[in-house]
Amino acid sequence: MEVRAYIIRRVLLIIPVLVGVSLIVFAILALFSPEQRAAAFITDIRQLRDIRGVIRSHGLDAPVYVQYFNWLKEVFHGNLGWSKTAQRPVLTAFFYFLPNTVELALFSAPLVILVGIWLGTISAVHQGKLIDHLTRTGAIVGWSLPTFWFGLLLLMIFYGYFRGLLPPEALGTQAGLLVRSEAFTRYTHINTLDALLNGNFFIFFDALRHLILPVITLTVVQCAMVMRIMRSSMLEALAKGYIATARAKGADEKTVVRKHARRNAMIPVITVSGYLFALLIQGVVITETIFNRKGLGWWWARAAVNLDVPAVLGSVIFSALIFVITNLIVDLLYAYVDPRVRLG
Amino acid sequence: MNFFSLSSKGKWEDLKKATRPRLKELKFSFNRIRKSPLSLVGFSLIILFALIALMAPYLAPPKYPHNPYQIPRYGYSATPKPPSQTNFFGTTEGQYDIYYGVVWGTRTAFRIGFMVVGTILLIGIILGSISGYYGGVVDEIIMRVVDTFMSLPTLILAMALVTALGHSLDNVMKALIIVGWPAYARLIRGDILSVREEQYVEAARAVGCSDFFIITKHVLPNAIYPLLIMASLDIGAMVLTAAALSFLGLGAPVGYADWGQMISFARNWIVGPPGNPLAYWYTVAIPGLFILLFVLGWNLLGDAFRDILDPKLRRR
Repeated sequence: MEVRAYIIRRVLLIIPVLVGVSLIVFAILALFSPEQRAAAFITDIRQLRDIRGVIRSHGLDAPVYVQYFNWLKEVFHGNLGWSKTAQRPVLTAFFYFLPNTVELALFSAPLVILVGIWLGTISAVHQGKLIDHLTRTGAIVGWSLPTFWFGLLLLMIFYGYFRGLLPPEALGTQAGLLVRSEAFTRYTHINTLDALLNGNFFIFFDALRHLILPVITLTVVQCAMVMRIMRSSMLEALAKGYIATARAKGADEKTVVRKHARRNAMIPVITVSGYLFALLIQGVVITETIFNRKGLGWWWARAAVNLDVPAVLGSVIFSALIFVITNLIVDLLYAYVDPRVRLG
Repeated sequence: MNFFSLSSKGKWEDLKKATRPRLKELKFSFNRIRKSPLSLVGFSLIILFALIALMAPYLAPPKYPHNPYQIPRYGYSATPKPPSQTNFFGTTEGQYDIYYGVVWGTRTAFRIGFMVVGTILLIGIILGSISGYYGGVVDEIIMRVVDTFMSLPTLILAMALVTALGHSLDNVMKALIIVGWPAYARLIRGDILSVREEQYVEAARAVGCSDFFIITKHVLPNAIYPLLIMASLDIGAMVLTAAALSFLGLGAPVGYADWGQMISFARNWIVGPPGNPLAYWYTVAIPGLFILLFVLGWNLLGDAFRDILDPKLRRR
């Protein structure tokens, strides 16, 4: 009973947030002139020839609240305007750029969680020893690292010094041509996955080679955060009574750490995974820009620089939607793992 | 300090007596700092940067006194030049002097950090206090606004706001303020909710103290430590975000002393000429190192504050 009530309450809580997000996005839109705003309402670049007509027909000179509902109606019909940087309507562009970003996230997210938990555990188990000091210092330096600078340094070394060992962009020239050829079926548009499905290992390794640096760049900052959280919650868990009990009954140290302490210590990591996701989206903007990987982040950064209003608003809408949904999943998962939440 | 115990003859003695426990606590705090090498590093870094910022006119005398933040150029060639007698750290793309840029960029970084975090602290404390102390409809409205802002990734919202407001450093700061305050409001509200039920607050209310007096004298001092820790960590984080926005080309105008922009100058010079791939390392490494150390300093300081200020942790 309580579980259902909790879930319903949590899902209902999304509604005011989404209304709020729409108000924020509209407020940003309202900061632009009617001419700039017109771009957010068209689906085809040719409509811009009659910009006065667009302004009139979409009521861009009407009172604010009328405009808000007009705009909301367009958004619900999936019309987010025309993006000049992508040369496509915003919604189409979103699905066009999505696969490259998903690929990046697929490779970096598990790495963040695994490495972060591993390092955090080591650090806590060896509290006060050299390895603890090293990992802690590493974590705080990693957390302070400017992502864009770190990525450029990596490029300098692995692309410059080692003569193109790990190049930028998503695919090399040859692999890029092969991917677009008739012989290659693009199931998901995620390069590594498609290459495996096609059984083409040349493309697979080429895509992997292009992934290594962006994944490292994206991972370091988030890893530092997971590690720090894991360390403190692990220390807390190791001081609990059940650990002493486990030791007293003769369990070896490995079992105590892995089975008794670490499992309980992992709960706080779940709590912050929603926040990790926000870090991921932000990291993607910087990482894709540096490595010239044509994904969502690359598009959004270019849109912001080139005053591509519809794409910028789209970035806020998309990231908010994804973020809200992830947070919902995290909260429900958390309630499932930790009964105190749903009963409290 | 007890106001009523001050007698006319022994004011000085009373003052000494009253401040003694505080001095003891202060000494204890300094002891804690001295014993932790990482917090020492943090303090030294911040003091070093503060000195650089204060001494900027002497370390790097401005070429244009009316506009000292404009980095002087030594020619108009695109290719960066290595460190030399005239340019300690070399010149970056467009012959902007790197040494001058990083020195005056320190001032820019402090200004961004203090302005942004100071403002969001103020907004957060005011709205958070109102929300937590009064509760009810006001609380509900403020918290829903906070929820909304916190459901948007910081950088994306900041990017959108800067695009709408116009590309400039002032607008980057405005955007970061709009993005940053909700976390503080939520934190201070939670603290106030837990402090509000304490007996001493109830006692103050029973004596007839005004709401304003209770909030400023009883509630806030007991809820402020987590906020200060967060503020210290956030100065680093905000400077980092501002640098990222400048790097993307949304921040300072071209040639303004700003670390993020200096790294964006270096983007085309990652790979040197054949045979010397690391020829232009100084264009990337030096401004980046300044950002890293500045942010690291504030993060270490925040960690030190956490150990020192938090009454629950300090005696461990």
